[in-house]
Amino acid sequence: MMAGPCARNGLLEDVAWGGRDAAGLSLDEWADLLGQARSAMMLARLASMLDRNERLSIAPERPKAYLTAAMEAVAGQHVRLKWEIEQIQAALRYVDSPVLLLKGGAYVAAGLPAAAGRTMSDIDLMVRPDRIGEVETALFRAGWLSQERDAYNQRYYRQWMHEIPPLTHVKRGTVIDLHHTITAPTSSFAVDGAKLIAASRPIDAADPQWRMLQPVDMVLHSAVHLFQEGEFDHGLRDLLDMDWLLQHFVVTEPGFWVQLLARAAELRLQVPLHHALHHIERLFGKRVPDVHRAAVAALAPPWPQRALMAWLLTRALRPHHPSAAQGGEEFARTMLYLRSHWLRMPLHLLVPHLVRKAWMRHFPETRDEPVVR
Amino acid sequence: MPVEHAFPLLEWSMNWCVAMHAHQYLLLHSAVIERNGQAVVMPAPPGSGKSTLCAGLIHAGWRLVSDEMALLDRAQVGTVWPLCRPVSLKNASIDVLRARQPEARFNSESINTNKGRVSHMRVDPSHVARMDEPAQVRWVVFPRWTPGAPAALRRRSRADSMVELAHNAFNYGHLGAAGFEQLVDVVGRCDCYDFTYSSLDEAVDVFDRLPQVLT
Repeated sequence: MMAGPCARNGLLEDVAWGGRDAAGLSLDEWADLLGQARSAMMLARLASMLDRNERLSIAPERPKAYLTAAMEAVAGQHVRLKWEIEQIQAALRYVDSPVLLLKGGAYVAAGLPAAAGRTMSDIDLMVRPDRIGEVETALFRAGWLSQERDAYNQRYYRQWMHEIPPLTHVKRGTVIDLHHTITAPTSSFAVDGAKLIAASRPIDAADPQWRMLQPVDMVLHSAVHLFQEGEFDHGLRDLLDMDWLLQHFVVTEPGFWVQLLARAAELRLQVPLHHALHHIERLFGKRVPDVHRAAVAALAPPWPQRALMAWLLTRALRPHHPSAAQGGEEFARTMLYLRSHWLRMPLHLLVPHLVRKAWMRHFPETRDEPVVR
Repeated sequence: MPVEHAFPLLEWSMNWCVAMHAHQYLLLHSAVIERNGQAVVMPAPPGSGKSTLCAGLIHAGWRLVSDEMALLDRAQVGTVWPLCRPVSLKNASIDVLRARQPEARFNSESINTNKGRVSHMRVDPSHVARMDEPAQVRWVVFPRWTPGAPAALRRRSRADSMVELAHNAFNYGHLGAAGFEQLVDVVGRCDCYDFTYSSLDEAVDVFDRLPQVLT
Protein backbone atom coordinates (compact mmCIF):
# COMPACT_ATOMS: atom_id res chain seq x y z
CA MET A 1 0.00 0.00 0.00
CA MET A 2 2.06 2.90 -1.29
CA ALA A 3 1.20 6.52 -0.80
CA GLY A 4 1.92 9.04 -3.53
CA PRO A 5 0.90 9.23 -7.15
CA CYS A 6 -0.32 5.89 -8.35
CA ALA A 7 -3.31 4.31 -9.99
CA ARG A 8 -5.26 4.25 -6.73
CA ASN A 9 -5.51 7.99 -6.16
CA GLY A 10 -9.05 8.54 -7.29
CA LEU A 11 -10.10 5.06 -6.28
CA LEU A 12 -13.14 6.01 -4.22
CA GLU A 13 -14.42 8.34 -6.92
CA ASP A 14 -13.73 5.78 -9.63
CA VAL A 15 -15.57 2.97 -7.90
CA ALA A 16 -18.44 5.01 -6.43
CA TRP A 17 -19.20 7.26 -9.39
CA GLY A 18 -16.68 6.61 -12.15
CA GLY A 19 -18.14 3.29 -13.20
CA ARG A 20 -15.12 1.24 -12.18
CA ASP A 21 -16.19 -2.32 -11.42
CA ALA A 22 -15.41 -3.35 -7.85
CA ALA A 23 -15.34 -6.97 -8.94
CA GLY A 24 -11.89 -6.45 -10.41
CA LEU A 25 -10.20 -4.98 -7.33
CA SER A 26 -7.18 -6.59 -5.73
CA LEU A 27 -7.04 -6.87 -1.92
CA ASP A 28 -4.52 -4.02 -1.79
CA GLU A 29 -6.92 -1.89 -3.76
CA TRP A 30 -9.74 -2.85 -1.43
CA ALA A 31 -7.62 -1.75 1.51
CA ASP A 32 -7.09 1.67 -0.05
CA LEU A 33 -10.71 1.97 -1.13
CA LEU A 34 -11.95 1.21 2.37
CA GLY A 35 -9.42 3.60 3.89
CA GLN A 36 -10.50 6.39 1.57
CA ALA A 37 -14.16 5.67 2.22
CA ARG A 38 -13.62 5.61 5.97
CA SER A 39 -11.79 8.93 5.99
CA ALA A 40 -14.52 10.47 3.83
CA MET A 41 -17.26 9.02 6.09
CA MET A 42 -18.53 7.16 3.08
CA LEU A 43 -18.26 3.55 4.21
CA ALA A 44 -21.94 2.80 4.67
CA ARG A 45 -22.86 4.69 1.53
CA LEU A 46 -20.20 2.90 -0.47
CA ALA A 47 -21.55 -0.36 0.90
CA SER A 48 -25.10 0.40 -0.19
CA MET A 49 -23.92 1.58 -3.62
CA LEU A 50 -22.00 -1.67 -4.10
CA ASP A 51 -24.95 -3.65 -2.84
CA ARG A 52 -27.23 -2.03 -5.39
CA ASN A 53 -24.85 -3.07 -8.15
CA GLU A 54 -24.60 -6.58 -6.71
CA ARG A 55 -20.93 -6.09 -5.94
CA LEU A 56 -21.15 -6.43 -2.16
CA SER A 57 -22.15 -10.08 -2.01
CA ILE A 58 -19.29 -11.07 -4.33
CA ALA A 59 -16.65 -8.94 -2.59
CA PRO A 60 -13.80 -10.77 -0.84
CA GLU A 61 -14.67 -11.94 2.65
CA ARG A 62 -12.93 -9.31 4.71
CA PRO A 63 -13.91 -6.17 2.77
CA LYS A 64 -17.43 -7.54 2.71
CA ALA A 65 -17.44 -7.98 6.50
CA TYR A 66 -16.03 -4.49 6.97
CA LEU A 67 -18.65 -2.87 4.74
CA THR A 68 -21.48 -4.90 6.27
CA ALA A 69 -20.40 -3.74 9.72
CA ALA A 70 -20.45 -0.13 8.51
CA MET A 71 -24.04 -0.51 7.31
CA GLU A 72 -25.04 -2.11 10.60
CA ALA A 73 -23.42 0.71 12.55
CA VAL A 74 -25.41 3.32 10.64
CA ALA A 75 -28.67 1.40 10.95
CA GLY A 76 -28.10 1.18 14.70
CA GLN A 77 -27.33 4.86 14.89
CA HIS A 78 -30.53 5.75 13.07
CA VAL A 79 -32.57 3.75 15.56
CA ARG A 80 -30.91 5.58 18.45
CA LEU A 81 -31.25 8.92 16.67
CA LYS A 82 -34.99 8.55 16.23
CA TRP A 83 -35.33 7.73 19.90
CA GLU A 84 -33.20 10.71 20.82
CA ILE A 85 -35.36 12.99 18.69
CA GLU A 86 -38.39 11.69 20.59
CA GLN A 87 -36.69 12.68 23.86
CA ILE A 88 -36.05 16.17 22.51
CA GLN A 89 -39.63 16.43 21.33
CA ALA A 90 -40.84 15.52 24.79
CA ALA A 91 -38.53 18.11 26.31
CA LEU A 92 -39.86 20.85 24.03
CA ARG A 93 -43.51 19.88 24.09
CA TYR A 94 -44.64 22.96 26.03
CA VAL A 95 -42.39 25.44 24.30
CA ASP A 96 -44.59 27.60 22.09
CA SER A 97 -42.38 27.68 19.04
CA PRO A 98 -41.83 25.81 15.83
CA VAL A 99 -38.62 23.81 15.94
CA LEU A 100 -36.73 22.83 12.81
CA LEU A 101 -34.54 19.80 12.44
CA LEU A 102 -31.59 20.50 10.16
CA LYS A 103 -29.28 18.34 8.07
CA GLY A 104 -28.88 14.68 9.01
CA GLY A 105 -31.53 14.76 11.71
CA ALA A 106 -34.05 16.08 9.20
CA TYR A 107 -33.05 13.56 6.52
CA VAL A 108 -33.58 10.65 8.92
CA ALA A 109 -36.77 12.01 10.52
CA ALA A 110 -38.31 12.73 7.13
CA GLY A 111 -37.07 9.51 5.54
CA LEU A 112 -35.28 11.33 2.72
CA PRO A 113 -32.89 9.43 0.43
CA ALA A 114 -30.05 11.54 1.81
CA ALA A 115 -30.49 9.67 5.12
CA ALA A 116 -29.14 6.48 3.57
CA GLY A 117 -25.77 5.51 5.02
CA ARG A 118 -25.46 8.79 6.85
CA THR A 119 -23.94 9.12 10.29
CA MET A 120 -24.11 12.23 12.40
CA SER A 121 -22.29 13.38 15.47
CA ASP A 122 -24.94 15.74 16.78
CA ILE A 123 -28.53 16.90 16.30
CA ASP A 124 -29.07 20.30 14.68
CA LEU A 125 -32.11 22.34 15.66
CA MET A 126 -33.26 25.78 14.60
CA VAL A 127 -35.68 28.19 16.27
CA ARG A 128 -36.34 31.94 16.14
CA PRO A 129 -33.70 33.98 17.98
CA ASP A 130 -36.20 35.23 20.55
CA ARG A 131 -37.02 31.62 21.45
CA ILE A 132 -33.45 30.48 22.05
CA GLY A 133 -33.58 31.21 25.79
CA GLU A 134 -36.82 29.34 26.36
CA VAL A 135 -35.70 26.33 24.32
CA GLU A 136 -32.36 26.24 26.05
CA THR A 137 -34.08 26.26 29.43
CA ALA A 138 -36.44 23.45 28.45
CA LEU A 139 -33.51 21.39 27.20
CA PHE A 140 -31.59 22.15 30.39
CA ARG A 141 -34.49 20.78 32.44
CA ALA A 142 -34.32 17.61 30.36
CA GLY A 143 -30.59 17.19 30.91
CA TRP A 144 -28.79 19.02 28.09
CA LEU A 145 -26.10 21.31 29.45
CA SER A 146 -23.73 23.71 27.81
CA GLN A 147 -20.16 22.49 28.19
CA GLU A 148 -18.70 25.87 27.36
CA ARG A 149 -17.32 27.40 30.56
CA ASP A 150 -15.39 30.26 29.09
CA ALA A 151 -17.24 33.56 29.19
CA TYR A 152 -15.54 34.84 26.06
CA ASN A 153 -16.51 31.81 23.99
CA GLN A 154 -20.09 32.01 25.23
CA ARG A 155 -20.29 35.65 24.18
CA TYR A 156 -18.63 34.92 20.84
CA TYR A 157 -21.27 32.36 20.04
CA ARG A 158 -24.30 34.26 21.25
CA GLN A 159 -23.35 37.64 19.85
CA TRP A 160 -21.86 36.71 16.54
CA MET A 161 -22.67 33.15 15.59
CA HIS A 162 -25.76 31.50 14.21
CA GLU A 163 -25.75 28.90 16.95
CA ILE A 164 -25.18 28.74 20.71
CA PRO A 165 -22.42 26.54 22.16
CA PRO A 166 -23.27 22.85 21.88
CA LEU A 167 -25.52 21.32 24.54
CA THR A 168 -24.48 17.89 25.82
CA HIS A 169 -26.82 15.52 27.57
CA VAL A 170 -25.62 14.89 31.09
CA LYS A 171 -26.24 11.13 31.01
CA ARG A 172 -26.31 10.07 27.39
CA GLY A 173 -23.66 12.39 26.01
CA THR A 174 -25.72 13.25 22.94
CA VAL A 175 -25.14 16.74 21.56
CA ILE A 176 -27.60 19.36 20.33
CA ASP A 177 -26.53 22.32 18.19
CA LEU A 178 -29.19 24.99 18.60
CA HIS A 179 -29.29 27.50 15.75
CA HIS A 180 -31.30 30.58 14.95
CA THR A 181 -30.20 30.70 11.34
CA ILE A 182 -28.01 28.68 9.03
CA THR A 183 -25.05 31.01 8.60
CA ALA A 184 -23.30 33.42 10.92
CA PRO A 185 -24.97 36.85 11.03
CA THR A 186 -21.55 38.40 10.55
CA SER A 187 -20.92 36.23 7.50
CA SER A 188 -20.69 37.32 3.90
CA PHE A 189 -23.51 34.85 3.30
CA ALA A 190 -25.76 35.90 6.18
CA VAL A 191 -29.27 34.48 5.86
CA ASP A 192 -32.35 35.67 7.71
CA GLY A 193 -33.55 32.73 9.78
CA ALA A 194 -37.10 34.09 9.89
CA LYS A 195 -37.44 33.60 6.12
CA LEU A 196 -36.35 29.98 6.45
CA ILE A 197 -38.75 29.29 9.30
CA ALA A 198 -41.61 30.99 7.47
CA ALA A 199 -41.11 28.69 4.47
CA SER A 200 -40.52 25.56 6.53
CA ARG A 201 -42.68 22.43 6.27
CA PRO A 202 -43.86 20.02 8.97
CA ILE A 203 -41.98 16.74 9.01
CA ASP A 204 -45.15 14.93 9.92
CA ALA A 205 -48.50 16.56 9.14
CA ALA A 206 -49.80 15.38 12.51
CA ASP A 207 -47.24 17.47 14.45
CA PRO A 208 -46.93 21.03 13.15
CA GLN A 209 -44.35 22.01 15.77
CA TRP A 210 -41.57 19.86 14.33
CA ARG A 211 -40.47 21.10 10.95
CA MET A 212 -37.76 21.01 8.34
CA LEU A 213 -36.48 23.46 5.75
CA GLN A 214 -38.41 23.61 2.52
CA PRO A 215 -36.69 21.63 -0.26
CA VAL A 216 -34.86 24.50 -1.97
CA ASP A 217 -33.64 25.78 1.40
CA MET A 218 -32.45 22.32 2.35
CA VAL A 219 -30.36 22.14 -0.81
CA LEU A 220 -29.02 25.67 -0.32
CA HIS A 221 -28.19 24.94 3.30
CA SER A 222 -26.22 21.91 2.24
CA ALA A 223 -24.30 24.02 -0.27
CA VAL A 224 -23.51 26.93 2.02
CA HIS A 225 -22.70 24.73 5.02
CA LEU A 226 -20.11 22.81 3.10
CA PHE A 227 -18.16 25.86 2.03
CA GLN A 228 -18.46 28.04 5.09
CA GLU A 229 -17.51 25.49 7.71
CA GLY A 230 -13.89 25.18 6.70
CA GLU A 231 -13.53 21.52 7.68
CA PHE A 232 -13.55 19.19 4.73
CA ASP A 233 -13.36 15.82 6.45
CA HIS A 234 -16.95 15.26 5.48
CA GLY A 235 -16.90 17.43 2.36
CA LEU A 236 -17.51 14.59 -0.02
CA ARG A 237 -20.25 13.24 2.20
CA ASP A 238 -21.97 16.62 2.37
CA LEU A 239 -21.72 17.03 -1.39
CA LEU A 240 -23.32 13.66 -1.85
CA ASP A 241 -26.10 14.67 0.56
CA MET A 242 -26.81 17.64 -1.65
CA ASP A 243 -26.72 15.55 -4.80
CA TRP A 244 -29.18 13.03 -3.39
CA LEU A 245 -31.44 15.83 -2.18
CA LEU A 246 -31.33 17.44 -5.63
CA GLN A 247 -32.13 14.24 -7.46
CA HIS A 248 -35.01 13.55 -5.10
CA PHE A 249 -36.57 17.00 -5.12
CA VAL A 250 -36.29 17.38 -8.88
CA VAL A 251 -38.79 14.52 -9.03
CA THR A 252 -41.07 15.48 -6.13
CA GLU A 253 -41.17 19.29 -6.51
CA PRO A 254 -42.54 20.68 -9.78
CA GLY A 255 -40.44 23.55 -11.12
CA PHE A 256 -37.67 22.79 -8.64
CA TRP A 257 -34.76 24.27 -10.62
CA VAL A 258 -36.59 27.53 -11.22
CA GLN A 259 -37.41 27.80 -7.51
CA LEU A 260 -33.87 26.90 -6.50
CA LEU A 261 -32.32 29.57 -8.69
CA ALA A 262 -34.84 32.17 -7.55
CA ARG A 263 -34.32 31.37 -3.87
CA ALA A 264 -30.55 31.43 -4.27
CA ALA A 265 -30.87 34.94 -5.67
CA GLU A 266 -33.27 35.99 -2.93
CA LEU A 267 -31.01 34.70 -0.13
CA ARG A 268 -27.83 35.82 -1.94
CA LEU A 269 -26.41 32.29 -1.90
CA GLN A 270 -25.57 32.14 -5.59
CA VAL A 271 -21.84 31.64 -5.08
CA PRO A 272 -22.05 28.63 -2.72
CA LEU A 273 -24.68 27.09 -5.01
CA HIS A 274 -22.39 27.59 -7.97
CA HIS A 275 -19.43 25.92 -6.26
CA ALA A 276 -21.53 22.99 -5.06
CA LEU A 277 -23.12 22.36 -8.46
CA HIS A 278 -19.76 22.61 -10.19
CA HIS A 279 -18.27 19.85 -8.05
CA ILE A 280 -21.42 17.74 -8.09
CA GLU A 281 -21.28 17.70 -11.86
CA ARG A 282 -17.52 17.20 -11.91
CA LEU A 283 -17.72 14.16 -9.61
CA PHE A 284 -21.15 12.63 -9.95
CA GLY A 285 -22.36 13.49 -13.43
CA LYS A 286 -24.65 15.88 -15.23
CA ARG A 287 -27.39 17.30 -13.06
CA VAL A 288 -28.32 20.70 -14.49
CA PRO A 289 -30.95 20.50 -17.25
CA ASP A 290 -29.84 22.20 -20.47
CA VAL A 291 -32.60 24.78 -20.23
CA HIS A 292 -31.14 26.09 -16.96
CA ARG A 293 -27.48 25.87 -17.85
CA ALA A 294 -27.15 29.56 -18.64
CA ALA A 295 -28.82 30.59 -15.39
CA VAL A 296 -26.55 28.29 -13.40
CA ALA A 297 -23.48 29.66 -15.18
CA ALA A 298 -24.60 33.16 -14.18
CA LEU A 299 -24.33 32.17 -10.50
CA ALA A 300 -20.56 32.04 -10.75
CA PRO A 301 -18.27 34.64 -9.19
CA PRO A 302 -15.79 36.46 -11.46
CA TRP A 303 -13.33 34.28 -13.34
CA PRO A 304 -10.20 34.48 -11.12
CA GLN A 305 -12.16 33.61 -7.98
CA ARG A 306 -14.11 30.91 -9.77
CA ALA A 307 -10.95 29.23 -11.09
CA LEU A 308 -9.13 29.51 -7.78
CA MET A 309 -12.00 28.09 -5.77
CA ALA A 310 -12.48 25.26 -8.25
CA TRP A 311 -8.79 24.38 -7.91
CA LEU A 312 -8.88 24.54 -4.09
CA LEU A 313 -12.13 22.64 -3.70
CA THR A 314 -11.12 19.87 -6.10
CA ARG A 315 -8.23 19.11 -3.79
CA ALA A 316 -10.01 19.65 -0.50
CA LEU A 317 -12.82 17.29 -1.49
CA ARG A 318 -10.46 14.34 -1.99
CA PRO A 319 -10.62 11.73 0.77
CA HIS A 320 -8.21 12.62 3.55
CA HIS A 321 -6.23 9.42 3.19
CA PRO A 322 -2.59 8.81 2.16
CA SER A 323 -3.54 6.70 -0.83
CA ALA A 324 -5.74 9.49 -2.20
CA ALA A 325 -3.00 12.12 -2.11
CA GLN A 326 -2.17 13.68 -5.45
CA GLY A 327 -0.60 16.86 -4.15
CA GLY A 328 -2.00 20.16 -2.94
CA GLU A 329 -4.61 18.79 -0.55
CA GLU A 330 -3.12 20.18 2.65
CA PHE A 331 -2.51 23.56 1.09
CA ALA A 332 -6.04 23.67 -0.28
CA ARG A 333 -7.57 22.70 3.07
CA THR A 334 -5.57 25.34 4.89
CA MET A 335 -6.54 28.03 2.41
CA LEU A 336 -10.21 27.09 2.59
CA TYR A 337 -10.09 26.97 6.36
CA LEU A 338 -8.72 30.48 6.45
CA ARG A 339 -11.29 31.58 3.90
CA SER A 340 -14.13 30.13 5.97
CA HIS A 341 -13.06 32.22 8.96
CA TRP A 342 -12.72 35.28 6.80
CA LEU A 343 -16.18 34.64 5.40
CA ARG A 344 -17.64 34.17 8.80
CA MET A 345 -16.41 37.40 10.35
CA PRO A 346 -15.31 40.66 8.74
CA LEU A 347 -11.71 41.68 9.46
CA HIS A 348 -12.51 44.25 12.11
CA LEU A 349 -14.09 41.50 14.19
CA LEU A 350 -11.87 38.65 13.07
CA VAL A 351 -8.51 40.12 14.04
CA PRO A 352 -9.35 40.88 17.67
CA HIS A 353 -11.05 37.48 17.89
CA LEU A 354 -7.98 35.61 16.64
CA VAL A 355 -5.70 37.62 18.89
CA ARG A 356 -7.88 36.78 21.84
CA LYS A 357 -7.92 33.07 20.95
CA ALA A 358 -4.15 32.98 20.57
CA TRP A 359 -3.76 34.72 23.93
CA MET A 360 -6.09 32.17 25.57
CA ARG A 361 -4.03 29.33 24.15
CA HIS A 362 -0.80 30.75 25.51
CA PHE A 363 -2.15 31.90 28.85
CA PRO A 364 -4.89 29.46 29.81
CA GLU A 365 -5.20 30.83 33.32
CA THR A 366 -6.52 34.11 32.00
CA ARG A 367 -9.30 32.41 30.06
CA ASP A 368 -12.16 33.98 31.96
CA GLU A 369 -10.96 37.54 31.66
CA PRO A 370 -11.53 39.32 28.39
CA VAL A 371 -8.29 40.84 27.06
CA VAL A 372 -9.82 42.91 24.31
CA ARG A 373 -12.61 45.05 25.71
CA MET B 1 6.89 6.95 25.31
CA PRO B 2 9.76 4.57 26.02
CA VAL B 3 10.71 2.20 23.22
CA GLU B 4 10.57 -0.64 25.77
CA HIS B 5 6.79 -0.29 25.85
CA ALA B 6 6.52 -0.80 22.10
CA PHE B 7 5.54 -4.44 22.19
CA PRO B 8 2.72 -4.18 24.75
CA LEU B 9 1.49 -1.10 22.93
CA LEU B 10 1.49 -3.02 19.66
CA GLU B 11 -0.54 -5.76 21.30
CA TRP B 12 -3.05 -3.34 22.78
CA SER B 13 -3.32 -1.51 19.44
CA MET B 14 -4.04 -4.77 17.65
CA ASN B 15 -6.69 -5.59 20.26
CA TRP B 16 -8.22 -2.16 19.71
CA CYS B 17 -8.36 -2.69 15.95
CA VAL B 18 -10.15 -6.00 16.39
CA ALA B 19 -12.53 -4.62 19.02
CA MET B 20 -13.40 -1.62 16.86
CA HIS B 21 -13.75 -3.29 13.49
CA ALA B 22 -14.21 -7.05 13.57
CA HIS B 23 -17.99 -6.91 13.85
CA GLN B 24 -18.50 -10.09 11.90
CA TYR B 25 -17.93 -11.63 15.36
CA LEU B 26 -19.45 -11.06 18.76
CA LEU B 27 -16.29 -10.09 20.64
CA LEU B 28 -15.86 -11.06 24.29
CA HIS B 29 -13.05 -10.01 26.57
CA SER B 30 -12.00 -13.48 27.60
CA ALA B 31 -9.45 -16.22 27.21
CA VAL B 32 -10.47 -19.28 25.18
CA ILE B 33 -8.91 -22.75 25.27
CA GLU B 34 -9.89 -25.91 23.42
CA ARG B 35 -9.64 -29.67 23.65
CA ASN B 36 -11.30 -32.24 21.39
CA GLY B 37 -13.07 -29.50 19.48
CA GLN B 38 -14.75 -28.14 22.61
CA ALA B 39 -13.90 -24.71 23.95
CA VAL B 40 -13.88 -23.11 27.37
CA VAL B 41 -14.58 -19.39 27.35
CA MET B 42 -13.04 -17.66 30.38
CA PRO B 43 -14.19 -14.07 30.74
CA ALA B 44 -12.77 -12.02 33.54
CA PRO B 45 -11.88 -8.50 34.47
CA PRO B 46 -8.17 -7.68 34.57
CA GLY B 47 -6.42 -9.07 37.63
CA SER B 48 -8.62 -12.14 38.04
CA GLY B 49 -5.87 -14.53 37.01
CA LYS B 50 -7.38 -15.41 33.63
CA SER B 51 -4.13 -15.10 31.69
CA THR B 52 -2.13 -17.04 34.27
CA LEU B 53 -4.72 -19.80 34.24
CA CYS B 54 -4.80 -19.80 30.46
CA ALA B 55 -1.00 -19.89 30.25
CA GLY B 56 -0.88 -22.82 32.66
CA LEU B 57 -3.60 -24.81 30.91
CA ILE B 58 -2.10 -24.52 27.42
CA HIS B 59 0.93 -26.41 28.75
CA ALA B 60 -1.35 -29.15 30.11
CA GLY B 61 -3.09 -30.43 27.01
CA TRP B 62 -5.33 -27.49 26.09
CA ARG B 63 -4.90 -25.59 22.82
CA LEU B 64 -4.66 -21.82 22.95
CA VAL B 65 -7.51 -20.28 20.99
CA SER B 66 -7.01 -16.81 22.44
CA ASP B 67 -5.70 -15.30 25.65
CA GLU B 68 -7.60 -12.03 25.23
CA MET B 69 -10.63 -12.11 22.97
CA ALA B 70 -13.25 -14.65 22.03
CA LEU B 71 -14.28 -14.26 18.40
CA LEU B 72 -17.78 -15.71 18.29
CA ASP B 73 -19.01 -16.35 14.77
CA ARG B 74 -22.28 -14.53 14.14
CA ALA B 75 -23.42 -16.76 11.31
CA GLN B 76 -22.49 -20.15 12.80
CA VAL B 77 -23.51 -19.54 16.38
CA GLY B 78 -21.49 -21.59 18.82
CA THR B 79 -18.34 -21.46 16.72
CA VAL B 80 -15.38 -19.58 18.14
CA TRP B 81 -12.37 -18.58 16.07
CA PRO B 82 -8.74 -18.37 17.21
CA LEU B 83 -6.88 -15.16 17.80
CA CYS B 84 -3.69 -17.03 18.50
CA ARG B 85 -0.97 -14.70 19.73
CA PRO B 86 1.73 -14.67 22.40
CA VAL B 87 0.15 -14.82 25.83
CA SER B 88 0.33 -11.51 27.64
CA LEU B 89 1.33 -11.87 31.30
CA LYS B 90 1.61 -9.22 33.95
CA ASN B 91 3.47 -8.71 37.18
CA ALA B 92 3.54 -11.78 39.44
CA SER B 93 2.10 -14.04 36.74
CA ILE B 94 5.33 -13.72 34.80
CA ASP B 95 7.31 -15.18 37.70
CA VAL B 96 4.77 -17.94 38.30
CA LEU B 97 4.91 -19.10 34.70
CA ARG B 98 8.67 -18.80 34.39
CA ALA B 99 9.02 -21.06 37.43
CA ARG B 100 6.37 -23.51 36.32
CA GLN B 101 7.35 -23.80 32.68
CA PRO B 102 11.13 -23.38 32.55
CA GLU B 103 11.19 -24.39 28.90
CA ALA B 104 8.76 -21.63 27.88
CA ARG B 105 10.16 -18.60 26.03
CA PHE B 106 9.42 -15.05 27.12
CA ASN B 107 10.32 -11.76 25.52
CA SER B 108 12.05 -9.06 27.53
CA GLU B 109 9.84 -7.46 30.15
CA SER B 110 8.42 -4.01 29.79
CA ILE B 111 8.33 -2.29 33.14
CA ASN B 112 6.34 0.71 34.33
CA THR B 113 3.65 0.33 31.73
CA ASN B 114 0.23 1.43 32.97
CA LYS B 115 -0.49 -2.22 33.68
CA GLY B 116 2.80 -2.75 35.51
CA ARG B 117 5.32 -5.32 34.33
CA VAL B 118 4.31 -6.93 31.05
CA SER B 119 5.85 -9.82 29.19
CA HIS B 120 4.71 -12.15 26.42
CA MET B 121 5.01 -15.91 26.44
CA ARG B 122 5.68 -17.66 23.19
CA VAL B 123 2.96 -20.05 22.06
CA ASP B 124 3.77 -23.61 21.05
CA PRO B 125 4.11 -23.85 17.25
CA SER B 126 1.58 -26.68 17.14
CA HIS B 127 -1.09 -24.26 18.44
CA VAL B 128 -0.08 -21.57 15.98
CA ALA B 129 -0.32 -24.12 13.17
CA ARG B 130 -3.98 -24.62 14.06
CA MET B 131 -4.87 -20.94 14.19
CA ASP B 132 -7.41 -21.31 11.41
CA GLU B 133 -9.17 -24.15 13.17
CA PRO B 134 -12.32 -23.07 15.02
CA ALA B 135 -13.92 -24.77 18.01
CA GLN B 136 -17.39 -25.11 19.51
CA VAL B 137 -18.15 -23.36 22.79
CA ARG B 138 -19.05 -25.84 25.52
CA TRP B 139 -18.22 -24.22 28.85
CA VAL B 140 -18.11 -20.73 30.28
CA VAL B 141 -15.84 -20.50 33.32
CA PHE B 142 -15.40 -17.28 35.30
CA PRO B 143 -11.99 -17.62 36.99
CA ARG B 144 -10.86 -15.86 40.10
CA TRP B 145 -7.48 -16.39 41.66
CA THR B 146 -7.88 -16.32 45.46
CA PRO B 147 -4.86 -16.91 47.75
CA GLY B 148 -5.09 -20.21 49.59
CA ALA B 149 -8.36 -21.28 47.96
CA PRO B 150 -8.75 -24.89 46.84
CA ALA B 151 -9.68 -25.25 43.19
CA ALA B 152 -13.47 -25.40 42.98
CA LEU B 153 -16.13 -25.09 40.34
CA ARG B 154 -19.55 -23.72 41.27
CA ARG B 155 -22.51 -23.72 38.93
CA ARG B 156 -23.58 -20.30 37.78
CA SER B 157 -27.00 -19.73 36.29
CA ARG B 158 -27.14 -19.20 32.53
CA ALA B 159 -29.10 -15.99 32.94
CA ASP B 160 -26.52 -14.55 35.31
CA SER B 161 -23.68 -15.76 33.12
CA MET B 162 -25.24 -14.15 30.09
CA VAL B 163 -25.46 -10.77 31.78
CA GLU B 164 -21.81 -11.05 32.83
CA LEU B 165 -20.81 -12.01 29.29
CA ALA B 166 -22.68 -8.99 27.91
CA HIS B 167 -20.67 -6.79 30.28
CA ASN B 168 -17.53 -8.35 28.84
CA ALA B 169 -18.57 -7.91 25.19
CA PHE B 170 -16.70 -5.23 23.26
CA ASN B 171 -19.25 -4.73 20.52
CA TYR B 172 -22.50 -5.60 22.26
CA GLY B 173 -23.89 -2.12 21.58
CA HIS B 174 -23.04 -2.30 17.90
CA LEU B 175 -24.80 -5.63 17.45
CA GLY B 176 -27.97 -4.55 19.22
CA ALA B 177 -30.75 -7.10 19.33
CA ALA B 178 -28.72 -9.52 17.24
CA GLY B 179 -26.03 -9.53 19.92
CA PHE B 180 -28.57 -10.35 22.59
CA GLU B 181 -30.00 -13.23 20.58
CA GLN B 182 -26.57 -14.59 19.86
CA LEU B 183 -25.51 -14.47 23.49
CA VAL B 184 -28.69 -16.29 24.53
CA ASP B 185 -27.89 -18.99 21.98
CA VAL B 186 -24.22 -19.27 23.02
CA VAL B 187 -25.01 -19.50 26.71
CA GLY B 188 -27.72 -22.05 25.97
CA ARG B 189 -25.06 -24.39 24.59
CA CYS B 190 -22.77 -24.05 27.60
CA ASP B 191 -22.43 -25.13 31.19
CA CYS B 192 -21.40 -22.09 33.20
CA TYR B 193 -19.27 -22.02 36.35
CA ASP B 194 -17.48 -19.76 38.74
CA PHE B 195 -13.96 -21.05 39.41
CA THR B 196 -11.80 -20.14 42.35
CA TYR B 197 -8.25 -21.46 42.67
CA SER B 198 -4.83 -20.71 44.04
CA SER B 199 -2.78 -23.60 42.67
CA LEU B 200 -2.28 -24.10 38.96
CA ASP B 201 -1.75 -27.85 39.48
CA GLU B 202 -5.15 -28.17 41.11
CA ALA B 203 -6.68 -26.04 38.38
CA VAL B 204 -5.27 -28.32 35.68
CA ASP B 205 -6.86 -31.32 37.42
CA VAL B 206 -10.24 -29.65 37.63
CA PHE B 207 -10.17 -28.66 33.99
CA ASP B 208 -9.13 -32.19 33.01
CA ARG B 209 -12.35 -33.42 34.55
CA LEU B 210 -14.59 -30.77 32.99
CA PRO B 211 -16.13 -33.10 30.40
CA GLN B 212 -17.15 -35.43 33.21
CA VAL B 213 -18.75 -32.83 35.45
CA LEU B 214 -22.40 -33.67 35.82
CA THR B 215 -24.67 -30.93 34.66
